[in-house]
Amino acid sequence: MRFVTVSGPPSSGKTAVIIKTLEHLQKAGQKVGVVKFDCLFTDDDELFRKNGIIVRKGLAGALCPDHYFVSNVEECVQWGLQEGLDVLVSESAGLCNRCSPHIREVLALCVIDNLSGIGTPKKIGPMLKAADVVVITKGDIVSQAEREVFAARVHMVNTKARLLHVNGITGQGSFELSTLWTEAEDTATVEGKKLRFSMPAALCSYCLGETRIGSDYQMGNVRKIDLDLPTGLKTDGAPGAAE
Amino acid sequence: MSQNLESLTVETVFSRWPFAQQHLAEAGLAEIADKPEAPLGELLNAGQLENLGNFISVMEDFLGTKDEKVAEVTILGGRAKDGSDEPVRELTVNVGDVVCIVGPTGSGKSRLLADIEWVARGDTPTGRHVLINGEVPGDKWRFSSEHKLVAQLSQNMNFVMDLSVEEFLNLHAESRQAADPEEKIKRIWNWANELAGEPFALDTPVTSLSGGQSRALMIADTAVLSASPVVLIDEIENAGIDRQQALDILIREEKIVLMATHDPILALMGDKRVIINNGAMQKVIEPSEQEKANLTELRALDAKLMGLRHRLRMGERLDEI
Repeated sequence: MRFVTVSGPPSSGKTAVIIKTLEHLQKAGQKVGVVKFDCLFTDDDELFRKNGIIVRKGLAGALCPDHYFVSNVEECVQWGLQEGLDVLVSESAGLCNRCSPHIREVLALCVIDNLSGIGTPKKIGPMLKAADVVVITKGDIVSQAEREVFAARVHMVNTKARLLHVNGITGQGSFELSTLWTEAEDTATVEGKKLRFSMPAALCSYCLGETRIGSDYQMGNVRKIDLDLPTGLKTDGAPGAAE
Repeated sequence: MSQNLESLTVETVFSRWPFAQQHLAEAGLAEIADKPEAPLGELLNAGQLENLGNFISVMEDFLGTKDEKVAEVTILGGRAKDGSDEPVRELTVNVGDVVCIVGPTGSGKSRLLADIEWVARGDTPTGRHVLINGEVPGDKWRFSSEHKLVAQLSQNMNFVMDLSVEEFLNLHAESRQAADPEEKIKRIWNWANELAGEPFALDTPVTSLSGGQSRALMIADTAVLSASPVVLIDEIENAGIDRQQALDILIREEKIVLMATHDPILALMGDKRVIINNGAMQKVIEPSEQEKANLTELRALDAKLMGLRHRLRMGERLDEI
């Protein structure tokens, strides 16, 4: 079974890209399935079902979505094998920008959209940096120049990834993407494989359900923001502040 | 690469590869900028030098600084939707050509353009092959954005960045690492103003340009700054832009222009017309003498309509036309 992990910021078009891409594989007679990870709510599973895709969803609920993903991914792979899938896709939504669900030796895809602003490639970190394939969406509504600038910014963050433009509405570019998915490595298990990037560290009182604010209630792995002016900066921009 | 880098001064490296500065800053080595005279070998360890070397060569490749020019693109026919052979077996378009693509909705226009964009190798549903300069092109045309074969202009495109025209063009020039950006920005701005008719200033925010001005700026910018040798135009709107001049600018900048259009004036402006149906190129025709003569008449009609439009704008009545 070929296994692909798909990540990307909210509303970047992950679901649309997956559906359009799997359509080509379905036409070629392949059995395809998706596991959709989300935080609190998703009805995307209905969308997948409507398109003839076998789907399961997992909601992290009170847990960190990234930890929830990694604690369940092997079970998902085994489920896919049992269903006799040719291609299994995991879609992770609700990940924080610090995170990445990408696993070594498993095809890793990041979906990011032209409307998200040119600062985004730098902000989203590992899910983009650790991807093998970067799909840029919503290119049909911005100018050629903006597409080129955005792609250059993506390239600055991840110089090795293959870059593709896909239109989630018309499906333009999705056939091309599907050819890369068929080249993914055959995966029988992810047991023992490693994440490409470690998950965010945590275990403080808030992880355990604390809701009150204040140092007295904070225990464990806690770090404080540095509010002093960085050295070399003479003014913080307040009106009338001295140079 | 790393051996060369060792002996170069920080200053030389930064001026030759401006993106190196950012790379080093991100690697936590920003302070080396304080010693412009020092050779890199004294400031970086072997691993850091190697990383920088790799980054520079990947970036050079990405920016296409060492690339040969695209002079022609050839499409070798594949299959129609019903599996029969595509009637047009070979179509070569050269730099400076304007090719119109006509056919009803669902006839396969988009797939043809997608085949060109993806430089098909018989591995798309149509089985077409696309050659660049007569040869089978490499993977870089598929996956690196700066080697994208096709730049696109369509009516649905908008500027979304909150920047002035000048800042915007600067950003584009910077991301392309363009030589002599000031000259290029001036040229784009002048051309865009000529195309649009209604002039705009360099400090106008791109998001407040009119429809015609936006289109004009997109065309001039694509002509001058885009790396893609093929420009695909999905109709050029009639209002407020000199379409003949728009094509002239793209031709002057050595682009191959493909136009999906059913506008008679645009279609007759093309050097060739590709007729698509049933998922295949059925025929390639060139405008006849009669068509060329008709073009003059169509232009006169068009000018008349534009004149009426102008009079409306000025608050006049159209009792006399």
